[in-house]
Amino acid sequence: MPRRTDLETIMIFGSGPIIIGQACEFDYSATQGCKALKEENYRLILLNSNPATVMTDPEFSDRTYVEPMTAEVAADVAVKENVQAILPTLGGQTALNLAMDLFLKKYLPPDVVMIGSTPEVIEIAESRQRFRETMTNLGLEVPVSDLANTVDEATAIAQKTGFPAIVRPSYTLGGTGGGVAYNLDELTELAWRGLTASPVHQILVEESLIGWKEMELEMIRDLDDNAIIVCGIENVDPMGVHTGDSVTVAPIQTLTDVEYQSMRDDALKVARAVGLNGGCNIQFAINPETGRRVVIEMNPRVSRSSALASKATGFPIARVASKLAVGYTLGELKNGITGKSACFEPALDYCVVKAPRFNFEKFAGSSPVLGLEMKAVGETMALGGNFREALQKALRGLEIGQVGLGSFPPPGGPNLSDEERLELVKEKLVQPLPERLSDVYHALKLGLAAEEAAHLTGLDPWFIDQIRLIIEAEKMASGPLADLIAKGEKPSAEMWRHLKAQGLSDLRLAVLVSESGKAPEANQELISSLRLEAGVIPYFRQVDTCAGEFEAGTPYYYSSFDSPVSPSEESRPPADKKRVMILGGGPNRIGQGIEFDYCCVKASQAFAAMGFETIMVNSNPETVSTDYDAVGRLYFEPVTLEDVLAVCRKEKPDGVVVQLGGQTPLNLAMALRAHGVPIWGTDPASIFRAENRRDWSALVEKLGLRQPPSGMARDAETAKSIAARIGYPVMVRPSFVLGGRAMCVIYNEHDLSEYVAQFISQGLELGADLGDERLILVDKFLEGAVEVDVDAVADGNQVVIAAIMEHIEQAGIHSGDSCCSIPPITLPLSVLEGIRSQTRKLGLELGVKGLMNIQFAVTKDNEIYVLEANPRASRTAPFVAKATGCPIIEVAAKVMAGQTLQETGFVSEPRRDYVAVKEAVLPWSRFKGASVTLGPEMRSTGEVMGVDKNFGIAFLKSQIAAGMNYPQLGNVVLTVCDADKGALRPLASRLAEMGYFLLATKGTAEFLEKEASLKPVVLNKLRSIKPNIVDYLSSNPVQFVVNTTIGQKADEDSVLIRAEAIKRGIPLITTMAGLNAAVTGLLALKELTAKNEVDEKSQPESTRKHSPFDVTPLQDYHLPAHDTKI
Amino acid sequence: MIPPSIKLTKAALTLDDGAVFEGFSVGEIAEAEGEVVFITAMSGYQEVLTDPSYHGQIVVFTTAHVGNYGTHPEVDQAPVAHAAGAVFHELWLPPVKHWLNDKDLPNYMAGRQLAGLTGVDTRALTLHLRDKGARNGYIGPLDQGLEKARAKARAVAPMIGRDLAKEVSCPEPYSLPPLVLDWSPKETIPVAVIDFGVKKSILDDLRRENLELTVFPADATRQDIESLKPKGIFLTNGPGDPAACPYAAELAREYLGRLPLFGICLGHQIMALAAGAETYKLPFGHHGLNHPVQDSRTGRIWLTSQNHGFCVSPHKLPSNVRASHWNINDDTVEGLEWTDKPAFCVQFHPEASPGPHDACGLFKRFRKLLEDFYA
Repeated sequence: MPRRTDLETIMIFGSGPIIIGQACEFDYSATQGCKALKEENYRLILLNSNPATVMTDPEFSDRTYVEPMTAEVAADVAVKENVQAILPTLGGQTALNLAMDLFLKKYLPPDVVMIGSTPEVIEIAESRQRFRETMTNLGLEVPVSDLANTVDEATAIAQKTGFPAIVRPSYTLGGTGGGVAYNLDELTELAWRGLTASPVHQILVEESLIGWKEMELEMIRDLDDNAIIVCGIENVDPMGVHTGDSVTVAPIQTLTDVEYQSMRDDALKVARAVGLNGGCNIQFAINPETGRRVVIEMNPRVSRSSALASKATGFPIARVASKLAVGYTLGELKNGITGKSACFEPALDYCVVKAPRFNFEKFAGSSPVLGLEMKAVGETMALGGNFREALQKALRGLEIGQVGLGSFPPPGGPNLSDEERLELVKEKLVQPLPERLSDVYHALKLGLAAEEAAHLTGLDPWFIDQIRLIIEAEKMASGPLADLIAKGEKPSAEMWRHLKAQGLSDLRLAVLVSESGKAPEANQELISSLRLEAGVIPYFRQVDTCAGEFEAGTPYYYSSFDSPVSPSEESRPPADKKRVMILGGGPNRIGQGIEFDYCCVKASQAFAAMGFETIMVNSNPETVSTDYDAVGRLYFEPVTLEDVLAVCRKEKPDGVVVQLGGQTPLNLAMALRAHGVPIWGTDPASIFRAENRRDWSALVEKLGLRQPPSGMARDAETAKSIAARIGYPVMVRPSFVLGGRAMCVIYNEHDLSEYVAQFISQGLELGADLGDERLILVDKFLEGAVEVDVDAVADGNQVVIAAIMEHIEQAGIHSGDSCCSIPPITLPLSVLEGIRSQTRKLGLELGVKGLMNIQFAVTKDNEIYVLEANPRASRTAPFVAKATGCPIIEVAAKVMAGQTLQETGFVSEPRRDYVAVKEAVLPWSRFKGASVTLGPEMRSTGEVMGVDKNFGIAFLKSQIAAGMNYPQLGNVVLTVCDADKGALRPLASRLAEMGYFLLATKGTAEFLEKEASLKPVVLNKLRSIKPNIVDYLSSNPVQFVVNTTIGQKADEDSVLIRAEAIKRGIPLITTMAGLNAAVTGLLALKELTAKNEVDEKSQPESTRKHSPFDVTPLQDYHLPAHDTKI
Repeated sequence: MIPPSIKLTKAALTLDDGAVFEGFSVGEIAEAEGEVVFITAMSGYQEVLTDPSYHGQIVVFTTAHVGNYGTHPEVDQAPVAHAAGAVFHELWLPPVKHWLNDKDLPNYMAGRQLAGLTGVDTRALTLHLRDKGARNGYIGPLDQGLEKARAKARAVAPMIGRDLAKEVSCPEPYSLPPLVLDWSPKETIPVAVIDFGVKKSILDDLRRENLELTVFPADATRQDIESLKPKGIFLTNGPGDPAACPYAAELAREYLGRLPLFGICLGHQIMALAAGAETYKLPFGHHGLNHPVQDSRTGRIWLTSQNHGFCVSPHKLPSNVRASHWNINDDTVEGLEWTDKPAFCVQFHPEASPGPHDACGLFKRFRKLLEDFYA
């Protein structure tokens, strides 16, 4: 069937803020979907609250709404834009849930249809009960299980399933609130947590399949019942570890054709029974002993795995699914890579490995054991000629210091005997830990039999054997290779080829050779030069979807040492175009994520528009920048020195851009330049100057600017003396880190000693080998100051500010975690002028060519301190672009390509008559036991934006978008520290005036009674008589909680209060500034609601809005009509 | 990659155009010769190596790893390995332990006198075959010298004009009882199978339709067959050039219209020839599990298992034969049906093994054809 002509306007939902389990893969999917539907000339309306995404760039849809993703807002947008169809399958679970909510609330006119997945399809797939029934009717097995709505029901079901039993809450994302219970006590706790986490208060208690093989099929089906499996993915980690946390491989490696085809048959049956139209993901578990296979789940939408599958095979699932949603069938679509039919199943002649990236170190107190609930914050994918090469490429792409499978030290201290160590490793192998494959490596090296390793871990023997082969190759490196190098002889090309084909990086080889003791001086430089001397360079193979069967023209490449010859598919860059290479940011992690993908993609587009051939190097399968359709020439490679240099040798770019991918490419800048690679934009020396504390201090001093007094220390004594000189509190941090890793505000000498000791003993996993730069910076902490971020573009002679952002929370909270506003709300004009002038000075002095971000702190007496300058794209760049309508990335790209700012036409700071507020989204619920406090170490995973004419409403929109819904009436619990009580007085009065019912702990209540004549109900503190405050929170409706503490360390009471609020999903405010903003917002909302009520009286019911807010697309905000005259 | 702990002999695949692809010899036999074809399947190596249609061919597996799950006797398509040789990028060499496991693939190959070559840059080889067309080749030790190897590759008999069906067909007729499952039709129908190199899975699928089979050698005569009074004829898959077995087309022609006929792969080509159509050789054939085939009547697309080097030309089809199925990758004919006779045939493999089961309903269609004919 061809394209539907009865539809004109289609609404697409994005996936909202990045959270664990739902990351930028949905930006990739929805961006692809937008492009696919634009090609078909539909009018596209996009709703997504996340400004960091590529899809919310106004060019990708006709009307882009960055508004809270609630059913009410969605309905208002749909009516306003006369939407005829909603496509909910591209924006992850968020979009699917929003669509269902919209459908169930019957907000839409009856003629608005859902395409892609209908409510019926979603209902069957998402309701555990109906899915189960459907599977049973098809004759497919599902795990023994039943639904429970109470803890008692759950324990009864566990009688049937036995232990261990799995608890899965209904309708939650990435398994939030689920877990494995090994006994009745654990079950009771998990059941309770799961019931709370589920929006419908329902859990599934299920038989455990721990240790079974876990397989995923990514499939597409059209309404003519044509169906294809795009990719089969095998989880290397068996069942028991969330697939998002597992190392996975494609194609499936350990199933026979009989097993595979029978699983494929089941998948087709499931898709047919559910009525799928588009892409879906089906998970199976297979008992390795008996071959019994059960269906685990099916997602009737594109998923994290489908993004991975698209990158792994070259088959654009989201694109095809979008076309099917508007009426096409598979047979009518073409495979863009080969020009053949899109109705086929890709054949792979390589291996693809995905490895998860974790951030446990940021959540002290939470345990790093993996389970059913996803914990990974990002991932890398690697393609290789064989599994070992792909695996080791993926691991080094993670940037966690694991330059090869074997490079983590074995568990246990240095004094263990081999036997003791083996016992320790064996104990670890039973547990699903992030470093499991590394542990298998050490276990085999210590003599554990392969069979036992397979038995302890549940890994297929084939995977264990692959690890053995890596060990054998490493033996060759520390044996014959090291011998030759020690003797000054040249290892043969054959030997190099063999070692490299096992995925061993030059850095890993250097460590092996050096640690063998034979050639201790061996380093990466030496290994690389010997290898190159032998003429051994990687071969770049094309990803062609068909294992070479058909000719393919798509410039999507990966490196392999495994297949040295194939001249017919050499990647030949066009000779007539200048080439610019953009280095991406590698795996997402807290502090470096989707924002940098946006920067890379926009810059790639800008360079292409200028006539350049663009080359993208990145290893993150979730991104738009690794969509071969979105960039010029794609090299799917780890962003490490060796891998990037290999691509540079191949492509010989005229320029390489390092300022767009976050800290990852920046860390490579100096080394790349040393190898003669032309770096475009700001000189790497300037980057170094801004990052090196000593040079930076000198620079600030030279310009006559103020900076917090500081010092640098390598040991505790120096640190203490610095602190004594500048006075507590102090801010401490290691140099060269992003996201405020290990950054801390310290109030006394004792804590300082502890911090330094920890820093020295653990070392830090830095992105690059920084040798001498492992210093601790000790700064005076400016308590109570307001922080300001400035994003600007400079061309070496001129600096133009794109936006000044005022943080809502005071200094000391990482800029990535704090809420901020464009334009600034409280700063006087004189301060803003001072900030502008300082920004210009810094930009010129640093010789910035391209983007820069500067952070300032403004004290209560309006003194401006400059905190840091980053001559690179900042995390806020996409927010600034969306909030102001200023295309700063394109401007920066033009500057890097040699234009002046005058030539680009970007010469003055955009000023708008509306307010944009960015709020951070934090993953507390995933890291049980971690302390819920904001501080200088970044912990947020994502962000949202609220835009409105009025700051209060913009702030409130940002809060709602972040999942914190403040009802206009109800109970507010207040418990604030003494320092904040003064500020609380007027705010509490306002809350009371608005009709909120106040509750407070004793101290706060007494203060309010005395100072504000309020009479809050007194809640008992913890450890006093019961019921105490936590008991109250757990058993009474509370609309929001305000809890503040001195400094950043939450005291024990606060830890428990906050944890309870998070568990209950109660909005939590931890700063007075936050409360102030919330009260402003609630007051504005009250006014708005009153006004709406008056307005609505004159309107017929059918046209009434569902949400109190006005909704406006970015395209309208960006019109010149919203410019303000200064 | 060959782990240093395993000592293997260096060997190479030499093509008749002189190209050489080095690797290491596996299996007990050091030499092999035949037409070199590549298959893009990512599973099912054992089924492929035992499929009689690969008789006389050296099969190149494009997938990165082969042998990962060992071998299992029940999936053998014939008692012997029919492929002349096998070329791998990376064959798993260590001992295998798997829940279904019988033997590992290297041992299995050794036991079946199958020559193998591993550690080959199969992608380069595949691109070579894709660009230059299927070629003859020779696997042998490296130390004999290049010229000698090239001469051997050039000496391999061309596939065009070769009647290989006779070589792999059963020597004597034999019978197979139906395999009645709970869903099988009730009535048993006797069917004659003309064996050009049949896969076991095809026989099993026919038997599950409650068909009682008598399998005849490729050159069986009408008298041989009549003696058993079959109610239908099935023409099997097989190796070689269909045009080289005129006797088979002759036999098929005699039965067209008299009894219901169904043919697969070589059987399909023979039925086409019998109807007066022509066959030709494809540049590098279709060998894989992902070939999309569209039913020209319903528009439905099946993913099919394919293995053929020859193909039926759509240009000289008689008016009573229509192309019922098309390959939507290259628009080649994938199936025929007679408008006036109870006969149909397909180029692809509905029995899969290995491959997707999308087309398995065709065996039911044959059963129905028989029932309708005698209704």
